[in-house]
Amino acid sequence: MSETIVVTSGKGGVGKTTTSASLATGLAMLGKKVAVIDFDVGLRNLDLIMGCERRVVYDFVNVIHQEATLKQALIRDKRHDNLYVLAASQTRDKDALTQDGVQRVLDELKADGFDYIVCDSPAGIEKGAFLAMYFADRALVVVNPEVSSVRDSDRILGLLSSKTRKAESGEGGVPAHLLLTRYNPARVESGQMLGIQDVEEVLGLPVVGVIPEHESVLTASNQGVPVILDDGSNAGQAYVDAIARLLGEERPLRFTEAPKKGLFKRMFGS
Amino acid sequence: MGILDFLKSRPKNTAAIAKERLRIIVAQERSSRASPDYLPLLRTELLAVIRKYVHVDLEAINIQVERDGEHEVLELSVALPEHKPGGGAA
Repeated sequence: MSETIVVTSGKGGVGKTTTSASLATGLAMLGKKVAVIDFDVGLRNLDLIMGCERRVVYDFVNVIHQEATLKQALIRDKRHDNLYVLAASQTRDKDALTQDGVQRVLDELKADGFDYIVCDSPAGIEKGAFLAMYFADRALVVVNPEVSSVRDSDRILGLLSSKTRKAESGEGGVPAHLLLTRYNPARVESGQMLGIQDVEEVLGLPVVGVIPEHESVLTASNQGVPVILDDGSNAGQAYVDAIARLLGEERPLRFTEAPKKGLFKRMFGS
Repeated sequence: MGILDFLKSRPKNTAAIAKERLRIIVAQERSSRASPDYLPLLRTELLAVIRKYVHVDLEAINIQVERDGEHEVLELSVALPEHKPGGGAA
């Protein structure tokens, strides 16, 4: 049984690719056979975050246009041999993706015994984003505690429930999970940032995970190592928890409260 | 953070403002998402007609399509300005 999960958000820069890389890697760490596909044709970045940018020979669009086989285009991860990356094309425009082509690639991956197919959506609501979500079984909607991101997420939630195969076939749309990223508990506590409950209330969905804003995310992307592989990183550990919850496990939220500052620190500088 | 900041009152709770603004705009966008495309234009044209008789703002006109069993009901409500004594229709 294979499952297709789209990582989407509407707004750019909220952490879709970071999340896709960690989600795919985390699932592979659990022994699943995983493919992660970059749908951002023309602006590929998943390869950089996964650290395989110099090994891209053929890409998603080549496979769709039958210029390469899927086997040729799948890049095996250096760290996990049950994890594969399918890079986006860097040269073609977004119209290079077709609905039939995407379906063919997904079907072939399923036939090859992949347990999970993670679709890394581009920002926006254009063709790439539409095709990334169209065939999904589930969606992970990445949202930042910030007004424009929350509003765009609501728009995406609307599209998931109306413009997908599951919606068109009368299955009631793609079930969605919220992943709150770039969360800063200290700013939430001082009333400068929307809290978990605020976002949940506005969007009417519970969060499946909360990833704290942390320098380790940048350090990880600098090195091309998904942050979930950084054992010492709160953000990485929060991804581990979120994936466990996606698979049905119950885990309490961590890293969602600011460390307490002593009176001395509060008075004389941080 | 220095001693002065510490002594000053707490910063404004901008998160609460953000939440309230989002609550309103998201509710509005959800209802318009489910409704037919012609509603905004219908609203503007209705406003023009109503304004021949009473002066109201665009915000005073609320228009939506609701599903009631097998029927769709076009619901229109216009909040008229408060009645001024001695004033009639313009």
